[in-house]
Amino acid sequence: MSQNLLGTARCIFQRDLILAARKPADVATPLAFFVIVSSLFPLGVGPEPDVLSRLAPGVLWVAALLATMLSLGRLFAGDHADGTLEQMTLSPHPLTPLVFAKVAAHWVTSGLLLVVLSPLLAMQLNLPAHAMGTLAVTLLLGTPVLSLLGSVGAALTLGVRGGGVLLSLLVLPLYTPVLIFGAGAVTASASGLDTKAYFSLLGAFLLLALGFAPWATAAALRISLD
Amino acid sequence: MYKYASPKNFYALAGRLIPWLGTITLLLFVFGLYLGLYVAPPDYQQGDSYRIMFIHVPAAWMSMFIYVMMAGAGLVGLVWNIKLADMLATASAPIGASLTLMALVTGSLWGKPTWGTYWVWDARLTSELLLFFLYMGFMALQAAIDDPRRSARAGAVLALVGVVDIPIIHFSVVWWNTLHQPASIGSLGRIVSPTIYPSMLHPLLIMSIAFFVFYFTVVLIRMRGEILARERHTGWVTQIVRSGMETQGKFP
Repeated sequence: MSQNLLGTARCIFQRDLILAARKPADVATPLAFFVIVSSLFPLGVGPEPDVLSRLAPGVLWVAALLATMLSLGRLFAGDHADGTLEQMTLSPHPLTPLVFAKVAAHWVTSGLLLVVLSPLLAMQLNLPAHAMGTLAVTLLLGTPVLSLLGSVGAALTLGVRGGGVLLSLLVLPLYTPVLIFGAGAVTASASGLDTKAYFSLLGAFLLLALGFAPWATAAALRISLD
Repeated sequence: MYKYASPKNFYALAGRLIPWLGTITLLLFVFGLYLGLYVAPPDYQQGDSYRIMFIHVPAAWMSMFIYVMMAGAGLVGLVWNIKLADMLATASAPIGASLTLMALVTGSLWGKPTWGTYWVWDARLTSELLLFFLYMGFMALQAAIDDPRRSARAGAVLALVGVVDIPIIHFSVVWWNTLHQPASIGSLGRIVSPTIYPSMLHPLLIMSIAFFVFYFTVVLIRMRGEILARERHTGWVTQIVRSGMETQGKFP
């Protein structure tokens, strides 16, 4: 393999996107989960528009959290099963950028689609129209953090028995800051308050996760494949 | 010093230290509780109910300290591949988790007379709860992996990610709490502030040291157990087991 690092990373990114496109059901299932969970809330708490619009930011964000978590399983499992992951660790390139490419592809096929879907569900939950933009922006800033942090958990639980449930135990407590500021921004925006501070904090989380998470994931993958 | 890095020598050293540390723990607990429950005067606002802080506050402090210890030991184990550090991290987790639970339970019991309810989403209690979940995750991950080396290394990575995230979680929760509900009674803020009476401060400090020594006593006991479990195929462990069984008359 004579490709340079950037070329290899791009190749992995495109390959994961193609794989996702060939198996659309894998991509659609977490999205369907996102829609179902959000639709169950009105059935549980009642259809009063006031109650729903108050609950909407939290419900949508928690649903996004859970949907992302459910999609983490396919991040490394397939490549682990067919040995691709081992080849990646043997490649002359450092593992961290390659992992980053995989996580980026994962985000495009999970978080980004949640962002696209979110206005529809926001409408269903009677979120004020001016808060929908905020919801989309917070999801745009927050879901990459979820994918990045989740990739550490996915790498650690690779091939471990009870991996799926274990993953939720590892990852969900780490997600709380994103949930707090993501949902907080939407609530603030719905009541007409300034949201700049929330965006700054979510942006800071994103930078922090971009810097550290791929590195931790690469370390975790090496441990799991040891 | 390096002599004690080998599990065998450490096992013997820990065996000699444990009775001493255990005695010190007991004395400190008796003295601290005596000062806290009898000598310290009742609080002018909270009456006697504040006395639970002599358990609650040290438990909460230790719960955070032990997580940092765990992550530090995990890092040492990960970088220098020292078995004892791995064992320290593994042995610390259940102690940290139980002290976190203790801080949660005593906090909610203290909340009943002061806030009128067992649970409010107070920032400190909430971040203790999340810390408890992090401990659970660490222990569940280590329990799910059978190979001790892989289990220790995976746990170390998780603890390190957690230790970076804990301050962020804590300040997020504090911020979230001030946004969502009126400022509740600053339970810890007032205790740490220098306005506290010495008669209340001294038992708190002594109890903190007692919890600290308690942790080291229990972690050494647990590490001895870990060492025996991991080195069970070696000659010296077989010898210990054999001689132990002989004294009990169970071995021909």
